[in-house]
Amino acid sequence: MIIRFFHQMGSPRYFYDVAGKLVPWFMVSFLISLVLGIYYGLFVAPPDYQQGESYRIMYIHVPAAWMSMFIYVVMAVSGLISLVWRIKMTEVIVISSATVGASFTFLALVTGSLWGKPMWGTWWVWDARLTSELLLLFLYLGIIALHSAVEDKRVAARAVSILALVGVVNIPIIHYSVEWWNTLHQPASITKMGKPSMDISMLMPLLIMAISFKLYYGAVVLMRARAEIIERERNARWVLEMVEQEAK
Amino acid sequence: MSEFFAMGGYAVYVWPSFLLTAIILVANILAPMLQRKRTLTEIARKLRRARKEQP
Repeated sequence: MIIRFFHQMGSPRYFYDVAGKLVPWFMVSFLISLVLGIYYGLFVAPPDYQQGESYRIMYIHVPAAWMSMFIYVVMAVSGLISLVWRIKMTEVIVISSATVGASFTFLALVTGSLWGKPMWGTWWVWDARLTSELLLLFLYLGIIALHSAVEDKRVAARAVSILALVGVVNIPIIHYSVEWWNTLHQPASITKMGKPSMDISMLMPLLIMAISFKLYYGAVVLMRARAEIIERERNARWVLEMVEQEAK
Repeated sequence: MSEFFAMGGYAVYVWPSFLLTAIILVANILAPMLQRKRTLTEIARKLRRARKEQP
């Protein structure tokens, strides 16, 4: 049954239909968690004893930074699967993730800058964390540019998958940069092992926002994938039939 | 309420962060919607043209 599932999901038409049904669910749960996260983050959580109200930027900065890395890993894994098994739908996932990944990376950088100015006294420093995150943005942009530069979509997907795979070395560098080097950026407050160094009233909105952004990515990547599938399969019979059906 | 918007004096840093996030999130939702619609219209136009040439 599982094998059948994967086989069906590999078919563009089936993927297109299933994704279309999933998008509203992701969207609604994203909006609900977003409202909750914003409410608890802006209204309920107390101000920080050192940073005052400015720390509330964290509620978008940190989840955005997590997403920038999470999406890249999804992209690299899909890229690997595409290269090994030549599955069309993972190729679509790779390129559909690039724009939203770049967006989160950009947001992490800009909100970090807006947080850095009042807290560190500077918009930007060339320290390891900030520089490696900037490199991540360039990787995303490189992937987008490479994809649009190659005419044949399947060749483009292969090239992009390779680039995504090579760039994945940057992910552990970003993650451990605050431990390996002396940086202005603070080390992680939330670790899998051990107690987080943050009160639950501040931590909870952060986790809700993290879930919210994940749901958002789910919705957007599926929407992009659908647009990409139609583009790739524009001469396929099922697409022509679907368009004809709608024209009636 | 005005105290809330003042964000303890950090309003110029906090609100642009949230506003920019909102704009970028909305843009990422709109872009694929428009892209899909555009492609579908293009295909429909092509189909119509093909039918005219071959009755």
